[in-house]
Amino acid sequence: MESIIFLILFPLFAGLLMLVLPNNGLRDTIVKAAAVVTCLGSIYLLFEYFGRGQVFFSIESALIDPIIVAAELAIGLFIIGISVKHKKYLITVLAALQLLIMGYTEIVFQPTHMSGYDLFIDEFSLIMALIIGIIGSLICVYATGYMRDYQSHHKDTPDNRPLFFFLMFLFLSAMFGIVFSNNIMWLFLFWEITTLCSFLLIAYARDEVSWKNGFWALLLNTVGGVAFAGAIFFVNAYSTGNDIYLNELLKASPGVALVAAAFIGFAGLTKSAQLPFSSWLVGAMVAPTPVSALLHSSTMVKAGVYVIVRFAPVFEGNLVGITFAVIGALTFLVASGIAISQSNAKKVLAYSTIANLGLVVACAGIGTEEAVWAAILLIIFHAVAKSLLFLSVGSVEHKKHSRDIEDMGGLIATMPKIALMMLIGMAGMFLAPFGMLISKWASIHAFVNAMPPFGMLLIAIIAYGSGMTVFFWTKWMGRLIEVKSESNPLKEEASGAEMSAIYSLGGLTVFACLLFPLISSTMIEPYINTVYNTASHLLSLNNMLIMLMMIVLVILLPLSLSHFAKGRTLKPQYMGGRATGDDLRFLGSMGIMKETEFSNYYFDDIFGEEKLNKIGNWMTILLLVVLFILISLFLPLEVVM
Amino acid sequence: MSFMQFIFDNPWIGVLLFIILSPFVGGIIFGLDRIITARMQGRVGPPVLQPIYDILKLFEKEKMVVHESQNFWIFGYLVFIIITGALFFAGSDILLVIFALTLAHVFLILGAFSSGSPYAHIGAERELIQLMAVEPMIIIAAVGFYEVTKSFNTSDIITFADPLILTLPGIFIGCIYILTVKLRKSPFDISTSHHAHQELVKGLNTEFAGSTLAMVELAHLYETVFLLGFLFLFFGMAAPIVGIIVIAIIYLIEIFVDNATARVKWGFMFKSCWVITAVVGVLNLMALYII
Repeated sequence: MESIIFLILFPLFAGLLMLVLPNNGLRDTIVKAAAVVTCLGSIYLLFEYFGRGQVFFSIESALIDPIIVAAELAIGLFIIGISVKHKKYLITVLAALQLLIMGYTEIVFQPTHMSGYDLFIDEFSLIMALIIGIIGSLICVYATGYMRDYQSHHKDTPDNRPLFFFLMFLFLSAMFGIVFSNNIMWLFLFWEITTLCSFLLIAYARDEVSWKNGFWALLLNTVGGVAFAGAIFFVNAYSTGNDIYLNELLKASPGVALVAAAFIGFAGLTKSAQLPFSSWLVGAMVAPTPVSALLHSSTMVKAGVYVIVRFAPVFEGNLVGITFAVIGALTFLVASGIAISQSNAKKVLAYSTIANLGLVVACAGIGTEEAVWAAILLIIFHAVAKSLLFLSVGSVEHKKHSRDIEDMGGLIATMPKIALMMLIGMAGMFLAPFGMLISKWASIHAFVNAMPPFGMLLIAIIAYGSGMTVFFWTKWMGRLIEVKSESNPLKEEASGAEMSAIYSLGGLTVFACLLFPLISSTMIEPYINTVYNTASHLLSLNNMLIMLMMIVLVILLPLSLSHFAKGRTLKPQYMGGRATGDDLRFLGSMGIMKETEFSNYYFDDIFGEEKLNKIGNWMTILLLVVLFILISLFLPLEVVM
Repeated sequence: MSFMQFIFDNPWIGVLLFIILSPFVGGIIFGLDRIITARMQGRVGPPVLQPIYDILKLFEKEKMVVHESQNFWIFGYLVFIIITGALFFAGSDILLVIFALTLAHVFLILGAFSSGSPYAHIGAERELIQLMAVEPMIIIAAVGFYEVTKSFNTSDIITFADPLILTLPGIFIGCIYILTVKLRKSPFDISTSHHAHQELVKGLNTEFAGSTLAMVELAHLYETVFLLGFLFLFFGMAAPIVGIIVIAIIYLIEIFVDNATARVKWGFMFKSCWVITAVVGVLNLMALYII
């Protein structure tokens, strides 16, 4: 238990320390040290709780309950205050509503006085903790180098780095809180902290766009917060006993569990940026890159899918679950399509995150064993590969002063190390035999057995979406390796702190792909077997061997480069017989040297952002409205389905 | 059938036969293709083994490249096309087969990109569009096989008691439609073409010469054998002879269409593939529930 409390509290105190330290090398060293401790803490946790299944803890302290209530109140008041100050009255209303619901629940039902297991850990929490601990810490290390550059590039941005590092560590602390909370009141507090942190981090630059996007993120997440508060109210009002504890709630009667799952799942949709709420995550890219990396890989959006996957068993085989699954699948389709039409690297990454989380939500909504297995694998692989990509893009941006994919042409020649890491990350995102594809394979396996005819609908959506995924990743990879003529690589591609984080994540991506059978058999399968009371092996030995063989082959293939470097005649590209100069310049018809420029296809007419978002938003809003009308019709009854 | 049984019991034999025989089988198919095409155009045509002679000759040529790395990508393409077919003929999970095929094509496209040539660039972009165009249909076909046979394993699909074409006619038609794209035949030969009248010089293959081009051609032979094998799944061991005849007829029709139609714009190719997939593929899947 001590290690769990340590993981929740240590980043918090480390963050508080950052608030008072001045901007200098010492602070950066302390950030790195604190990150290393957090990382080691999560690894220690692995050794401590590995193979122990579910373990519950109760905290016997009279101090905790008032602290939690006070913290929730403080967050609510802070949101109300800042939204009034910036005249965002809708947020004020929502935050006030949320406070009212929580206050009413607190006073009438007094749930905090219940005694039970407030904290717990199981294999799923452990996996999440490792993701948060390892990837989150690496991002903090990266941030030390990146933020120094950032402040020197953005002279007009006030240097708020103490606050920045405080928020980063607070974020990690809250994330640990979310994955270890068994009491949903606690879970909600940590949930709200992540909302607040993300808002303040997105608005870091304190300029007009940052405030606007920050408040937009805050607004959508407060909508989710109200839904979460509604779930807590509902659980307290309509059920007796200990249903505010996650383990009890999951076992509660369908009437209670399913309604609570619908409300909390709704909150999860807002936090994991699913349609119709996806726009906040796209707007969040105004933040410094480490923030984007953190939001996209190990925190925030992962909190959203974490709760949805937790409730997956409740969603199995009913219309509530199917609705969530269809929303997730639509999000996957629409976001993958939009990613094709974007040339801004961070935007492509953002839409790909939204798409992948859509796949996770689709799996969780189906809620069968296989689907949950696929969902957890997706979470793992997405976290490592996506953080790697974000950090790489951030470093490229500092050198090339552009985050446009078109400006990354031939990056393999000028920044070979980072370009190679990006290729690994992208391969991890969509190519067989790397991680994401294993998960896609598993999700197709899961969907074919899902409730007909919805399973087939999901399959059709995934089939089209996966074609789109191949398209936008491959054309980006192509851009990176498209070298017009040989040039010398940069001496220093990024600072030492940045490179060490990028290398570690690159290594982790490959490592996760090689070790996934082990992760599956020792952690994911035991979790699923506990939840579903089964003992099945979800991955046949044969298929596992084939995948491993392919991975090893892909890793070994580059060795062939040494063979292909021998005895070749190098010739310039064919230019239609024109007289050419350096870098594919050619003599045009008027005797003027012309530049050759390459550009990718974007199909704005087919996959335009505005158009697809509109369609996706309306479809998902309609689905949610229908879902909640159905729920409200049946609300007082025992059974929703 | 005891010989077939022997092969099913020993998947490695299927793999070995595929790896050794495909270049010859594919070469002969392409040779016949060229002869029939020539006759349609009022020419005599080359010897039947000409495609194989071409590849052997290419291996002897000077090894010219723009960047050394492009060979690595093309080698990856060849290796993974062989793995695709090997997995298929070993009776493995068909989704893995499909993903390996996609991986192979990504290698080919990256090879074209890596040359940094304007013609290859456009060819690569177009090949990528083709990949996106056919992907949904292939996945839906795999799921269709599963829905009927309740297995993703090629070995179970091919030995299923009834010919799958009876329950999956829509998916079969969809697969034939995308076969034209996969075989690089007109009207869908937009990224590169077997014919000389290619507006992008040689598109995707512009910067590949000598042994590099030989690897591309060899991979294409392997891929063709795999694709025809994939179509054979619709008949399987339930109606093998009918299957072979139907596939031969389909191939003849492909040759005829190749010679009788003009290349379309990529937009039409892309949209029509997706629409056909939705209309015949997805509807066929949905219909399986109603029956």
